[in-house]
Amino acid sequence: MSLLLSKDLYQQLRTHGEETYPHECCGILLGKSTEENLHVRQLIRAGNTRTDSAHNRYNIAPQELIQAQREGRKQGLDIVGFYHSHPDHPAQWSTTDFAEAHWFGCAYVITAVEQGAAQITNSFLLTGTSEDDKAFVPQFIAIE
Amino acid sequence: MEIHIPTPLRTYTGKQETVSVEGATVAEGLAALTAAHPAMQQHLFTAEGKLRSFVNVYLNDDDVRYLPAKEDSPVSPTDELTIIPSIAGGAASRGCRR
Repeated sequence: MSLLLSKDLYQQLRTHGEETYPHECCGILLGKSTEENLHVRQLIRAGNTRTDSAHNRYNIAPQELIQAQREGRKQGLDIVGFYHSHPDHPAQWSTTDFAEAHWFGCAYVITAVEQGAAQITNSFLLTGTSEDDKAFVPQFIAIE
Repeated sequence: MEIHIPTPLRTYTGKQETVSVEGATVAEGLAALTAAHPAMQQHLFTAEGKLRSFVNVYLNDDDVRYLPAKEDSPVSPTDELTIIPSIAGGAASRGCRR
C-alpha cells in the first residue's frame, strides 16, 4: 500500500520540518484509505507539545487530533497518517517512534532535516492489529 | 450518546465512524460499546480492565482522566465521546533502526 499525495502537500510537510529546525515538527494527514493506497488530501500542522525535548521528541495533543478528526468528518476524510521530522537524524523510525505508534493502518512519514534543509522523506505503514504484532513497513511515496 | 471511533479501530466496529450507545456515565457508554463490538475490548482496556495508557477518551472537549469523576462522569444523550489513541515519537537519543 503506497502513500499518495500531491507535490504541494509533499513540499508542505518537508518545509514544516525546515521551519521548526532544530526542533521536530509534527502534523496530521487527512485523506481516504483504499485497498491500493492512502490518499492524502489535506495536511494539518500540529504543535509539538514536547517543549522539554523538542529536538528529538514530538507529541501531538489529543485535542488537536480530535479537532482534526472533526475537520475530517466535515469533509468526508479520515486521519490516514502523521508526519514528523528528525533534525540531524536519518529518516528512519526510531525505537521511540515504534513504541509510541498505535494508529494501525496509518502512515508515519519522517523527514530528515540536516542543518535546516529537508533531505530524505520516508513513509512507514504501521501494520498489525495490536501491540504484540505491530510492525513498521516501508511504504512507497507516490507524488501525484 | 455518540462515540467517535478513530480510523484504526473502525475495523472492530464494522467500519462505523460513530457508534450510538446508551449509558448514564462514560464507563457505561464504553461498556455498551464493547458489548456491541466485543473485539474493541482488548484494544481499549488492559487485562485488568483499565483503559490502556495510550488510549485517550474525551467527553466532548474534556479528557476523561482529568474529570473529577473520571470514567464515572455523567453523560447526557447529546454528549459525544471520542476515542483517540496518542501520537508521539521522535528521533530520540538512542539512535534509529535501519
